[in-house]
Amino acid sequence: MRYAETGFNLEVDLTRGNIEKVATDPKDTELYLGGLGTNAKILWDRVPPEVEAFSPENLLIFAAGLLCGTPAIGCNRTIVTTISPQTKLMAFSMMGGFLAPELKYAGYDKVILRGKSPSLVYLWINNDKVEIRDAAHLKGKGAIETAEIIRKELKQPKAQVAAIGMAGENRVFYASIEQGRSSASRGGIGAVMGDKGVKAIVVRGTQDINVAQPEAFMELTNEVMDYIQFRNDNPIPGVMPILAGLGSPQEMKVHDEKWHTENFNWGNSRTRRKGFWTDEIALEWMETLDNARTRLISCYNCPMTCGATISMPGLPTYMMKCFTKLTYTMAAYSDLDFGLRIAQRATEYGLDGFSAPQVMAFALELLENGILTDDDFPEMPADTEGRFYYLLDKIVRREGIGDILANGTYWAAKEIGNGAEDYAHNNIKKHEQLPLKLSMLNPIYYLMYCTGEKINITQIEGQFPQAPYPKKEHREAFVKDWHQVPDDKFKQYFVDWNPRGENSMPFYPTVDMCCDIVDWQEMMHYIDDALGQCAGLSSFPLKPPYHIHNYPKFISAGAGIEMDEDSLSKAAKRYRTLVRAINIRRGMRRKDETPPENHWKKRFPELEKELLDTYYKFKGWNHDGIPTKASLHELGLDYVGEDFVKRGILTVNEDVPSEEATA
Amino acid sequence: MKSQKTKKTIKTIKIDVDKCNGCRACEMICSAFHAEPKYSSNNPARSRIRIIREPLRDLYIPVYAGEYAVAECAGRDKYTIDGKEYDECSFCRASCPSRDEFKEPDSGLPLKCDMCEGEQEPLCVKWCMHDALLLEEREEEVDEPEPEDEQEELEIGLEALADKYGLEKVKDAMARISKKD
Ligand code: SF4
Ligand code: SF4
Ligand code: SF4
Repeated sequence: MRYAETGFNLEVDLTRGNIEKVATDPKDTELYLGGLGTNAKILWDRVPPEVEAFSPENLLIFAAGLLCGTPAIGCNRTIVTTISPQTKLMAFSMMGGFLAPELKYAGYDKVILRGKSPSLVYLWINNDKVEIRDAAHLKGKGAIETAEIIRKELKQPKAQVAAIGMAGENRVFYASIEQGRSSASRGGIGAVMGDKGVKAIVVRGTQDINVAQPEAFMELTNEVMDYIQFRNDNPIPGVMPILAGLGSPQEMKVHDEKWHTENFNWGNSRTRRKGFWTDEIALEWMETLDNARTRLISCYNCPMTCGATISMPGLPTYMMKCFTKLTYTMAAYSDLDFGLRIAQRATEYGLDGFSAPQVMAFALELLENGILTDDDFPEMPADTEGRFYYLLDKIVRREGIGDILANGTYWAAKEIGNGAEDYAHNNIKKHEQLPLKLSMLNPIYYLMYCTGEKINITQIEGQFPQAPYPKKEHREAFVKDWHQVPDDKFKQYFVDWNPRGENSMPFYPTVDMCCDIVDWQEMMHYIDDALGQCAGLSSFPLKPPYHIHNYPKFISAGAGIEMDEDSLSKAAKRYRTLVRAINIRRGMRRKDETPPENHWKKRFPELEKELLDTYYKFKGWNHDGIPTKASLHELGLDYVGEDFVKRGILTVNEDVPSEEATA
Repeated sequence: MKSQKTKKTIKTIKIDVDKCNGCRACEMICSAFHAEPKYSSNNPARSRIRIIREPLRDLYIPVYAGEYAVAECAGRDKYTIDGKEYDECSFCRASCPSRDEFKEPDSGLPLKCDMCEGEQEPLCVKWCMHDALLLEEREEEVDEPEPEDEQEELEIGLEALADKYGLEKVKDAMARISKKD
């Protein structure tokens, strides 16, 4: 018997309309856990680097994490993996909500889509009965609307639906997959779904999920529940509200947006508006949010209520979470009312809330600066808000200039030329980043921005405080009950960290300490992504209920796999390295691992070089960021090393081919 | 069966639909608690509490499994509360032929909330960290025959099977099973 997982994947060949239920190898679970880990293995095995995002050979994998569907609180992530049309690298966006547990209850760990359907279809998974159904009548329909229609036509109010909107259908490079209160947004995975001709995946499951050691598992779960209660009653003092508690950033609860509106940039990530947050605006935005928000809502088996249903007068209801609340508002220099209204339409279209507003602001900047002209925007309204709606519609339909903008700022700038590149200034690895520009280099964040392969800072940061408390006594108080650290040395790192003077940034934490800190932060995200755990109760917040000390026990008691801290860290390192290997094989190198040039005003090139050199070595990667044969061997990934040699990425005797040694 | 005066603890679960966030933790834990062995598996479709959850209409109703009904009822209710229209049968606790609620997914056997016999506190209440479900207990003197629980349960189960498969088939199956033994 398999525990926690079902032991089956659903393989769907869309070209032929063939569906197969395939048993998986338990050995793979031991090596790569599940979710992201086993997705990476499948992608490595089956999608060679020549395969492009919009090729029938590209796979689109929906995976439920290893512990999804068990009683583990907040373990509900669907990890969607494919090749991104925008970055041309591996994309592994995730979504919360209800789909992953439902998939488990239906009897599957993953749905693997390959090929392309000749016409628009949706996949209906009802336990053992799986059908590919016609979706012609859903063409052009909104993502939320689609879910409602399907539930009605199948008479299945309890079915969970993940759907794309028009953006995905038209292969917009930053199209999302929407699932009620959640979405998998980064990397353009919605475009791949559209390219495959799949409008929605619909799941209903009514079967059991087993755990290996019920008593032990429940004890662990009860501890997590108690700790959540404790943390809810004891927010972290001295940090801004969204960092004080657990959960995804509680944007739907928070009224005070001083920090975001005055520290993040407006427009095309350009302008910081100090003094923006006045009493008057605070009152106005509070009213807007209070009137719009019907209810705070949670994902499956989680008490944190990070999402909300939003009903703007005159518009259909939709659901929202996190920072999309402000991205449209700030990109358009507008107010919250506008932001919540346009987000309704953008959610139905199925668009990434980070990239889409930046692309629109970028287009308007190009117009302002004469790189694009009025002729490129026929009949565009004069006001910024009207222009945003105009651009939104053009982009998702790929009409006129929208067709170019639909590829994101990096590719659009290349196509437009004429100096447009300077305006696509906020990308890493061709992907739009948080609109944030700061003054002095932060060495920890430098490493995370460079090497993060989810290419979004929120998906690698967490755990370690973003800044030191001014007073040593506060830092000492903070570390007192900090049992989440993998090693006590992290406590000392923090206690000794001063905001100014000796032991302050950018030279403290030291290069070696930065490596330790970043490695820990990243590892926790990778573990979450394999287990299906929401980062909001784990890798993202300070002092979370899940950590490196209880995770191995969860895996042992849940999945019945012997696991301790060392073997878990090693497994995480194994599939983390495999993700890198996939990207290396696709051409990613050190030159791509750099934050936006203007992210910090004060840069320290020598220090930055030392940071990256040291971190690469620490990770077992060579000077160019390529995992070495020795480190691959240690992780049991010799097959990767052999492939690298065959492709000339590494040489037989040395790890670096001579011509690339100086890259 | 003789009738006698007994002290009985009446347990009421107070449901505040305004506090429900739709997480379905209650469904999950109920099914895990009733698994054999306890907590060895879970499956919300076996739960004795169901969340009717329709976010776009802002409907969130935790409903507990009550009595088994042989036939669906002819007269049904449809409520509108605070401008929100609830579907037919939304508040009904019956395990009834008209719907899938409160039945074991494979056998179709009816499910009924037993208030988590033997536990300090109903599990669904414990797991609802937002207090949408709260337990209230009070003592009452009741004039009641001792119910013969097991027998009653057995009969309800058999009746449901007979409804689903026909009495003859159930009889045949019983005959076959007894032969095997
Ligand atoms: S913490 Fe928030 S985002 Fe995460 S699972 Fe819970 S409700 Fe969902
Ligand atoms: S546990 Fe509570 S909040 Fe969650 S669905 Fe059940 S009743 Fe609602
Ligand atoms: S009280 Fe116990 S049996 Fe009844 S619904 Fe709640 S968890 Fe289930």
